Order: sequence, then structure tokens, then C-alpha cells
Amino acid sequence: MKPKGWKDLPPGSVITRPGSATEFKTGSWRTFRPVWVPENCIQCLFCWMYCPDMAIKVKDGKREEFDYDYCKGCGICARECPGKKGQKAIIMVEEGK
Amino acid sequence: MAKVVAVTGNEAVANALRQANPDVCAAYPITPQTDIMQRFSGFVADGLVNTELILVESEHSAMSACVGASAGGGRVITATSSQGLALMWEILFIAAGDRLPIVMPLVNRALSAPLNIHGDHSDGMGARDSGWIQLWSENAQEAYDNTLQAFRIAEHMDIRLPVMVCLDGFIISHSIERIEYLEDDAVKNFIGEFKQLNPLLDVEHPVSYGPLILPDLYMEYKRAQHEVMTKVSKVVLDVAADFEKISGRRYGLFEPYRLDDADIALVILNSAAGTAKDAVDQFRDRGIRAGLVKPRLFRPFPYQEIADALKSAKAICVMDRADSFGGFGPMYMEIASAMMMNGKKPILINKIYGLGGRDFLPEHAELVLSELADVAKSGKARTFKEYIGVRE
Repeated sequence: MKPKGWKDLPPGSVITRPGSATEFKTGSWRTFRPVWVPENCIQCLFCWMYCPDMAIKVKDGKREEFDYDYCKGCGICARECPGKKGQKAIIMVEEGK
Repeated sequence: MAKVVAVTGNEAVANALRQANPDVCAAYPITPQTDIMQRFSGFVADGLVNTELILVESEHSAMSACVGASAGGGRVITATSSQGLALMWEILFIAAGDRLPIVMPLVNRALSAPLNIHGDHSDGMGARDSGWIQLWSENAQEAYDNTLQAFRIAEHMDIRLPVMVCLDGFIISHSIERIEYLEDDAVKNFIGEFKQLNPLLDVEHPVSYGPLILPDLYMEYKRAQHEVMTKVSKVVLDVAADFEKISGRRYGLFEPYRLDDADIALVILNSAAGTAKDAVDQFRDRGIRAGLVKPRLFRPFPYQEIADALKSAKAICVMDRADSFGGFGPMYMEIASAMMMNGKKPILINKIYGLGGRDFLPEHAELVLSELADVAKSGKARTFKEYIGVRE
């Protein structure tokens, strides 16, 4: 897509299309990546509740894989995860490793 | 039919705001503006306007509430002076960048320190680069007329920018003058209904104001903001032409006074221009070809038009009621830029006067004109920047 020139812009940088933020993939901001460990997951959905970026996909009441297009790697999910018998179901791994 | 009244500048401006009947007013008191909002709050209490009055805890909040209300889709006003404008600082840029047509009378007052409540132009000149349109007013009549025209200019669909209407603190705001009020109906027809553009409260068409714009697009927005400013002069003149039809009073981008064949000229804003015109008349009576420019539209500044108006002048003094410490006065810098447009180089000197409400007297204008006559004759400036009416 050709980048917009100044003549193409709406006045006052107003965004007139709702929901257009989904076109801006913020996953590239991530330094640490959350990794889901299904065998330790009790499906409490704390991660889904706490995630500020709606980056945890849920289907039929059960969590699935992370949506890495929007996960910024804040680590809140890993911190809140109760895990199973002291074993976390989400661990943070440095990107590129 | 116009109604002739004897009122203060503040009273006249408050009456103009009543006639415009804004949807929202967010106000915080500060001398010498307080009187405007006090009177306006009286109109609200008496049911003379349909305005929601928001009493806030600071000017930063006043301008923030104005931004919200204006983005919401209403006609919005506030008023301030001096430190109040300084506290609004960051939100001024947001109002302009978001293209919100807020109208704000600014009763010009000096900035601290030292603390001073009297009139000078330091506050308005400081907001020069905020993206607001600025109209400056010599007297109560002009302040009233400019306030009414400000709504038309701000709300014009090609413009949608906030407008500041400047008048001198105390000298105009608190002095009683004879002025002519227009009838309420005439004003209503002149200003017209407020038209919304992308209102936040239209839930059928949701919009977002104030997004994060990174280096890939920010400069394009700033370029577009400059572009809209280039359209303002035409709108100001069109609105002035309509205003003349209902008032009989003519306004331009600036007021040229006895300039046609002038050898020497003053450039001076607001109330002091009235005093200076008397001195120009005296010099004309003595056969000295003196003239004067009183800018009205300071942002955007009409460089080419003022350069053309000053084309015959050999020596010009730009009088600034504000200073840039370590630099020339703000108006001087504009006129120096304007002089580059036609490639002519008159001798251009700068006098700083009237800071903190110090009186500008006819003899001050006469001294400057005498000096200009000498400069024009000798072709040499004695000094380029000087303070007048100050004790050694």
C-alpha cells in the first residue's frame, strides 16, 4: 500500500473507521514471548481475563494458542497463571532464543 | 438596528458570547478576564443562553474540557489571560491539532515574574505557534466585532480551527467606551447554526480523536495543518464582508492608516495603535509623510499583504508590547520576514513599549516618529532594538 501524502489525510487526525486498530500489528514490539504449556494448564482463563491486548484466543470456553500478532510480551499472563501443582502453564522466553 | 451602549471591553465581549449562544463553556477565573466569564455565568443563571457551564479547577482543565466538548460536537467557548493561557499551553496545541473550532477571548496581560496583572502582549505572543488563529482588537468595539466574527471563521467547514480574540487587559477590558451592539437576531443569522464535523457523540458513526501518530505520518499531519492556515485569510475577508453588511463596519487582515505615500511608518497592535494614529495625524499636519499598520490577523500572518502596504516606507518602526529576551520583539520578526517578500529593504527598527501595563503616551509615538524621520533622511539607524518609556 502506498503511504498516504498530506493531502489524503482527514482533518485533525480523526480516525473515522472503528476497529481499525486491528490492522496495526503490535506483536513486533515483543522482547519476551509467552509460551503456553498445555499439560500445566487448568483452563482457569485468568490469562484471558488479565491480557490487556486480547491476545489469548478462547474457543468453546477453553483457551488456545496465543495471538502473537498482538501480544506485546508484557508478561502479565505468566505472572497471574496459577499453573498446576506449582508448575506454571505460561513461561516467558526471550525472543530469538 | 444597532443599539448604542456605554460598556467595558469585557462587557462587550461577554455580550457577544451571549449572542453566539454556545453549547458549552468551561471557565476558570483570572484577572483581567474574570469579568467576562462572571458576566457570562450570569447569562447562564438567568436562562439567556442554552449553555452548559463547567466550572473547572484550573485553566489546564478549562481548555481540556473545551477540547472534549468541541470534539463531542458543540459550539464551545472559554476565556483567559496571562498565566491562565500559560497553564493551558499543552492543550492549546491539541485543540488546534485536532482542528476544534473553540472561540477564546484572551484579555492580554503580562506574564510573571515579577507578578503583574496589567496589559501587555506576552501571553498572546507566546501562543503564536500553537496553531490557533489570532485576531487582535484595538478597542471594545473591535473586541466585540472580532468575537462575533471568530465563530464564523472557526466554524467554517474549510477551516475548523480554534480562534483567540485578543484585547488589551484593563486599558480595553475595564474601560467604558461607546460601542454599537448588533441585534440578537442579526447576530444569530450572521453566525448561523453550529455544524458538526466528526462529533464524538454520534454513536452511529464512532470516531477516535488524538491517536498516536509516529514518524511515518506525523509530518504529513503538520504539513496539512499549515495548509489549512493558508486558507484562513480568504475566509477572514469573506466573513468581514458579510459582517460589514450587517454592521457597516469594515475589517481587513490589518488596518492601513495613511500609508499610501508614507516615507515613515509604525507597525503597532491593539489599543496603543489608537494613540499612535493621533501622532501620525500630527506629523502629517506638519508635512511629514507618516503612516501606520495595525495588524488584526496575527496568525496566520499576512506577510505579502503587509509587505505591499508598506512598500513606500523608507524607515519603519515595529512597536512590540512583548519581548523576546535576547531577540527582537515578536512583531518585529514578522515584519522583517514580510520585508523579504518584495526584496525591498527599508530600515527597520524595533521599540519595546508598555510592558506590564506601562502607559503608552502620545509623546512616545511622537519620539519614535521623529527618530524615524531622521532615519529616513540619513539612511542610518541609531539603534535597532530599544526600550521606550523606561527609566534609566
